Amino acid sequence: MKLRFDPVLLLALPAAIYMVIVFAIPVVVLVARGFMGADGFTLSNYSSFLSEPFNWVVIGNTLRVAFWTTVVCLALGYPTAVALARSKGAVQVAMLIAIILPLSVGVVVKTFAWQIVLRRDGIVAAILVATGVWDEPKLLLFTEHGLVMGAANVFLPFMILPIYSVLKLADPNLQDAAATLGAPPVFRFFNVALPLAMPGIVGGVSIVFSLATSMYVIPSLLIGDRFQTLATLTGRAFLLMRNEALGATTATILLFLAVAIVACSALLSRGKGDSR
Amino acid sequence: MTLTERTANVAVWAIAAATVIFLLTPLVVAIVVSFGSSNLFTLPPPGWSMRWYQRLMNVRGLSSSLIVSAQIAAVATLVSMLIGGMAATALARGRFAGREAIAAFLTSPLMLPGLVLGIAFLQAFRYAGLRDVWLSLALAHVVITIPYIARTLYSALTLFDFSLIDAARTLGCSAPQAVTRVLIPNLAPAFLTSGIFAFLASMDNYAVSIFFTNAWTKTLPIQMLNLVEEQPDPTIAAISSLLIGLVLLLLLLCERMVGLRKIAEM
Repeated sequence: MKLRFDPVLLLALPAAIYMVIVFAIPVVVLVARGFMGADGFTLSNYSSFLSEPFNWVVIGNTLRVAFWTTVVCLALGYPTAVALARSKGAVQVAMLIAIILPLSVGVVVKTFAWQIVLRRDGIVAAILVATGVWDEPKLLLFTEHGLVMGAANVFLPFMILPIYSVLKLADPNLQDAAATLGAPPVFRFFNVALPLAMPGIVGGVSIVFSLATSMYVIPSLLIGDRFQTLATLTGRAFLLMRNEALGATTATILLFLAVAIVACSALLSRGKGDSR
Repeated sequence: MTLTERTANVAVWAIAAATVIFLLTPLVVAIVVSFGSSNLFTLPPPGWSMRWYQRLMNVRGLSSSLIVSAQIAAVATLVSMLIGGMAATALARGRFAGREAIAAFLTSPLMLPGLVLGIAFLQAFRYAGLRDVWLSLALAHVVITIPYIARTLYSALTLFDFSLIDAARTLGCSAPQAVTRVLIPNLAPAFLTSGIFAFLASMDNYAVSIFFTNAWTKTLPIQMLNLVEEQPDPTIAAISSLLIGLVLLLLLLCERMVGLRKIAEM
């Protein structure tokens, strides 16, 4: 087919021009300035940032919390997505409200509520004592466990919805077919159910992981200043320390992490498509 | 069913039930605390009262920040609907190379960390000499809302059967009539849901707004963040409960017009 100029294309111009000027150029300039020194291209901003042992603690904090948040979200989110795909009628509507309502309520509202839940006399401590996990109530607020719990709560819908939208497209007869052909349940899970859900899992994991690496309000309110992540350090550098060079460096590292996550998930889902 | 299958089934439903309770916990806690009489966040509260709702009026800067947030969100959503809707039409109707690339570009702000966007805007606006807080917020929030609009309208438009418009023209409609009578009613649900989610995304945004607000002009999330850090008391729970109620109303509207299943699958 020969491509001719299509006048409909002009309709896309205002949005495209707006996004190039207000969004793309500022982001490119931010990244470029990080590599600019007094005399041209330099890596000194990054090498000096990475030579500081404290900053490795910060990077470690960021990745560790994001990892555990993603693990909790996947462990709770996959079974919930399966249940949501199997449910019907009123149960399904109730589950959808429970997933979409928290998604639409602000992060500050939810994090504020988690400050109350994680107190020494809060709900989680009461449950852990009642079930015998803890001997006495302890403070979960200002701990990493509390932070992971709050973050997983906020990001869970982003894990459930992509997995659900893939599961709902999968033919339920495939499971029965595998059973009829004599595949035992565990074999069916690993060879039929899990591969079918894989695109959704890859999508959910990459969204939750990248949201968790760049969260700012949740750690500021749930764990405080003693525990720094790349995002909280970025915010502090700009808003409190007035150290914009540091903030621009950490922001660019966050940006590279986000791009790397998107690229990895695209590669993973493409690899799946080829093997079919 | 074998024993393994039955156990797996029970486990799936048990985890799903636990997840639903887990997801609703912060919302229920905020609502319960807002009606409690104690200012110590004791659960369950020792008594019930409306005093935190009565205090809302007296919290300095709260109503002005609500007005700023609503204005910015409304302006950003309307601008995004206009230019995002035009772009979605072009992408769905046009036959040109790179359509997917443009669609991906328009939704890409969703993939980037909010703070990074905020800093990029801050440096660019400063370089351009833009000092007005309100205008800075509005310009930045259009970038935040466009992905929601472009994504939803693009997928709705690719599913729309455009031969219906030709049919309307053949039956005697003028071109604008065909658009207002056929295209717009068909796409109304997509416009409504994408608009609501764009509006909520803007209302909820702190990562970009935090770099542009000052002592006089603040958006609601920033004002609430300040309150939580400075003087946490159940007044914040009262604001939170009102916001939860507002969101619930909007979602019921979506459920009426579109159905929550469609929204979940978007």
